Amino acid sequence: MHPAKSVILFTTASGAGYGLLFLLITGHMFGVFPADSTLAYSGFGTAFMMIIIGLLSSTFHLGRPERAWRALTQWKSSWLSREGILAIVTFGPTGIYGLCWIFAPNTTISLLLIIGVTALLLCAATVYCTSMIYACLKPVSAWHNRFVPASYLALSLSTGALLLNGILHLQGKNTPLFDMITIALILVSVIIKYYYWKYIGETKGISTVGSATGLGSMGKVRLLEAAHTEANYLMKEMGFQIARKHAKKLRNITFISGFILPVFLISLTGITESAGISNLLVFCSIFFGAIGIVTERWLFFAEAKHTVSLYYGAQSV
Amino acid sequence: MTCLPTTSPQKKLGLVIDLDICVGCHACAVNCKEWNTGGHSAPLTDMDPYGQDPNGVWFNRIHSFEVVDEDNDSRTVHFPKSCLHCDDAPCVTVCPTGASYKREEDGIVLVDADKCIGCKLCSWACAYGAREYDEDAGIMKKCTLCVDRIYNENLPEASRVPACVSTCPVGARSFGDLNDPTSDVSQLVADREGFDLMAELDYKPTNKYLPPRPKQNEHTVSASNKPVALTPVSTEKAGLLAQWADKVLSL
Repeated sequence: MHPAKSVILFTTASGAGYGLLFLLITGHMFGVFPADSTLAYSGFGTAFMMIIIGLLSSTFHLGRPERAWRALTQWKSSWLSREGILAIVTFGPTGIYGLCWIFAPNTTISLLLIIGVTALLLCAATVYCTSMIYACLKPVSAWHNRFVPASYLALSLSTGALLLNGILHLQGKNTPLFDMITIALILVSVIIKYYYWKYIGETKGISTVGSATGLGSMGKVRLLEAAHTEANYLMKEMGFQIARKHAKKLRNITFISGFILPVFLISLTGITESAGISNLLVFCSIFFGAIGIVTERWLFFAEAKHTVSLYYGAQSV
Repeated sequence: MTCLPTTSPQKKLGLVIDLDICVGCHACAVNCKEWNTGGHSAPLTDMDPYGQDPNGVWFNRIHSFEVVDEDNDSRTVHFPKSCLHCDDAPCVTVCPTGASYKREEDGIVLVDADKCIGCKLCSWACAYGAREYDEDAGIMKKCTLCVDRIYNENLPEASRVPACVSTCPVGARSFGDLNDPTSDVSQLVADREGFDLMAELDYKPTNKYLPPRPKQNEHTVSASNKPVALTPVSTEKAGLLAQWADKVLSL
């Protein structure tokens, strides 16, 4: 599948934003961080900025962005529509929680709990809907499996944790506990991603050129003559080839830059006394994490094969 | 709503394509393009039509496959492909705007050009590559089963069939109600063991394909089932003049 830049930015940026919101609110509810307003401003600010950048970027993918509001109407059947609606609804409880944190520190615990839990559920549901946009597509076997929602949710949390960890370090509010949480979330992501790659490596789509043409029972089928001489929309959108050639190298980049380096750099902050060096280390952890997650998402699209390619020369998908 | 009709459509209009007859002349694709570029989903935009990289929207494409059997005997099968107007059409349910819909009255799957935002998700959900994006209009386009022909009272009754069916010079394409077991198309499917494409995905396509008939082999294949090699017509040596001419011309 063609890896559209706008969709990569949308899924990674908004994913990290929701992960950050989730951890910020959970951490506040459990008293993991000091409840001062600087953290709230910077945390909620960064998260909302990431989400808004992601959502705006997703509209650049559209042929008619001025009609984007129509995408909020078909929640009964469409995961894309559900994602759009939840993305907007989530601004409510998360925003209110942030406002309570900053302006009403005396809000009763039970009220804060209700708003907070609603916000957490909505953050998770939004990321889940994003993943289901892809996971519901039967023609793409690399997407139509349970590892897809799992990795979207895990990566949302781990990239959100990287950002929040950076904010905490910059404000001198870092704790060994949150460093450990960040590392743990990254490790969970890498495990899920490993099993995802293992799954798509070992599993082939159920469709073949034989079933796509219905001629499989007669013998071995191969494309003799293409339907047209130039590449059409289908071949450009669904026949993307480049990444498959470099898949192994790109997986290594994802693995090292997205997972190993951030874990290593965050671990190093534990042994340095200097706040300056520590800040530089977390900045680098976010920088490498970003390269890793973008490569991961690029591969997610580029490695996925669509059944349409069976009509254009592929034997299996 | 982009939910599918809750009750199964009364009629399921669709095509039956005979892979035994199709000669791969592409006339159906050309006539489809000609009619539809002025029809319901007009225009069928072409980008850079006379340039280096011409590409554009077509509703019907003809692929040619080769099938090689166990005896290494091969045959060419021309394979026209357009929207199959699936019963369980995920291109409809994934649509976030309600632009993609399946008609309750006849099962035709259409795109409402005024609602489509061009997110392309429907084309990803279609296993068959039936939908093509119009870069110029920024919306998705697809086969309409010539909805603007089949009910068109301004056309003579014989012409009220999809453009691809009306133009096929060999009669490889048939149009009709596949929900009615007594219809010609349903009979054809029953007689010839018509099949669904990628039945394993359970999209329940309406359009059916008829398999190529077994080869009539007695004239072309020997008793041992090996293709008969061509034998020289005459074993006599050519005359001197002919041999000399052959030498000179072969230089």
